[in-house]
Amino acid sequence: MSPAAQGRGVRLLGYAASVAVVLLLWQFLSSRAIIPLLFPSPWSTLHVGLGLIRSGQLPADLWASLGRILAGFALGSALGVTGGVLMGAFRPARLFFEPYLQFLRFLPALAWIPAVMLWFGTGERAKIALLAYTTVFIVALNTMVGVTRVPRNQVRAARSFGATRAKIFWLVTIPATVSHMLTGMRLAMGNCFMTVVAAELVASDSGLGYLIFSSRQWMQTELAFVGIFVLGLLGLVSDRIFQVTTTRLLWRYEGASGGRSTQ
Amino acid sequence: MAYITFRGIDFRYGPQGPLIIRGFGLEMRRGEFFTLVGPSGCGKTTVLNILAGFEAPTAGEVLVDGEPVRGPQRDRIVIFQEPDSLYPWLTALENVEFPLRVLGVSPADRRARAREALQLVGLHGHEGKHPGQLSGGMKQRVQLARALVLEAPVLLMDEPFGALDAQTRIILQEELVQIAGRTRQTILFITHDLHEAIFLADRIGVMTAGPDSTIKKIVEVELPRPRVRGSAAFGELYERIHQILSEEVRRVLRREDSLL
Repeated sequence: MSPAAQGRGVRLLGYAASVAVVLLLWQFLSSRAIIPLLFPSPWSTLHVGLGLIRSGQLPADLWASLGRILAGFALGSALGVTGGVLMGAFRPARLFFEPYLQFLRFLPALAWIPAVMLWFGTGERAKIALLAYTTVFIVALNTMVGVTRVPRNQVRAARSFGATRAKIFWLVTIPATVSHMLTGMRLAMGNCFMTVVAAELVASDSGLGYLIFSSRQWMQTELAFVGIFVLGLLGLVSDRIFQVTTTRLLWRYEGASGGRSTQ
Repeated sequence: MAYITFRGIDFRYGPQGPLIIRGFGLEMRRGEFFTLVGPSGCGKTTVLNILAGFEAPTAGEVLVDGEPVRGPQRDRIVIFQEPDSLYPWLTALENVEFPLRVLGVSPADRRARAREALQLVGLHGHEGKHPGQLSGGMKQRVQLARALVLEAPVLLMDEPFGALDAQTRIILQEELVQIAGRTRQTILFITHDLHEAIFLADRIGVMTAGPDSTIKKIVEVELPRPRVRGSAAFGELYERIHQILSEEVRRVLRREDSLL
């Protein structure tokens, strides 16, 4: 076995051991629970989960949440990249918008749910707006930082080649900022998974957040567990997909300006 | 008549900063290889940046071929010490094409010219690599090719080999002498390595310790090329310039001591 394959084997073994220990601990704790209804075992959770898959409810909820996340994330990323580039490149734009950026980024989407419901109702638009909100600031902030950190010599070189400001912007600033944009988007995606639950808890009749929240009505704790597990798994898989695709497609921009994340 | 003229250059950062350069004057002939040496912090790079048009002097003026310098321009291309002026998302070939792309040269034409320039600096076969995949010496060669492709009459080299290992540095120095001999460009080259200065230059300007620095003495290097580092004449010249330079270095050290 090659050292690389050996390393991978060791890693997989480690993960497997970790999962096994947690499952056993979960099983043990649920067996000691006074009211098993409140703390279902892994096996009964799995059982309920398989039932939900067969009935089609789980796939439907999963697609509902994923669709909202993708729409809100795409909208928020587009706005964030545009705003961040503007703020980074044009001082007046930065002076005007930065106070709001710095103020709003500490306000969770959760705080806006009542207002957003009043404005947009309880439909898809409200949820997509909340998800876009949770995405836009972190993407804008990282993009802005990226624009301001383009290495000076890259700009100087372009200037001495006779590049106009517009050419420097499109040929140097934007490509040099891609890695910062991606960092912001990756962080934002994590936020989206948190916000989607909040949005669906409050006002929805579909989605994983709804599934989790509806469990309390009939004391079906298994439903909540299934929802939590699927949501976590979805987050993990989405992050991996995002990372692998961006590395495949945009590797040349990675670390173009020694990019570091900014939260 | 002088091709490049620095006349009465003062430079300070901001309105209140200390004068870094005071009364700097220099005339360079067309096609001359001029090397500037001096103790660290004496403002060598500032002089280069002023000629490049990146910094504006507080007083005085710089003329290139009779025209005052008002900003960066294609006739004066800088080769930076750090390779961070290369664009990491572009291949070596695309980096060399970049100035032509800015100029609006057609893709086929610029590709051909960039290939030629890379060949000239010995990077044939590395066209498709990105800067991250190239060694320090190769990255500096890409910078050189990127400057050559424009056929700029003036090259400004800011310790371009300073971060390279000794062997690579010597090879690149030899290649630069050959290229400069062929292209007849006017070169301002900054270094703190006296061997490098003597090996390359037609004339060497020694700067005084900063602040308030200026040129202390200009030494003609009359050794025939190719120069031999071990030769007696080379050694004598080294000693002579070293004497001048070390007085200035000692002044820097004394000042640092008195600050302690």
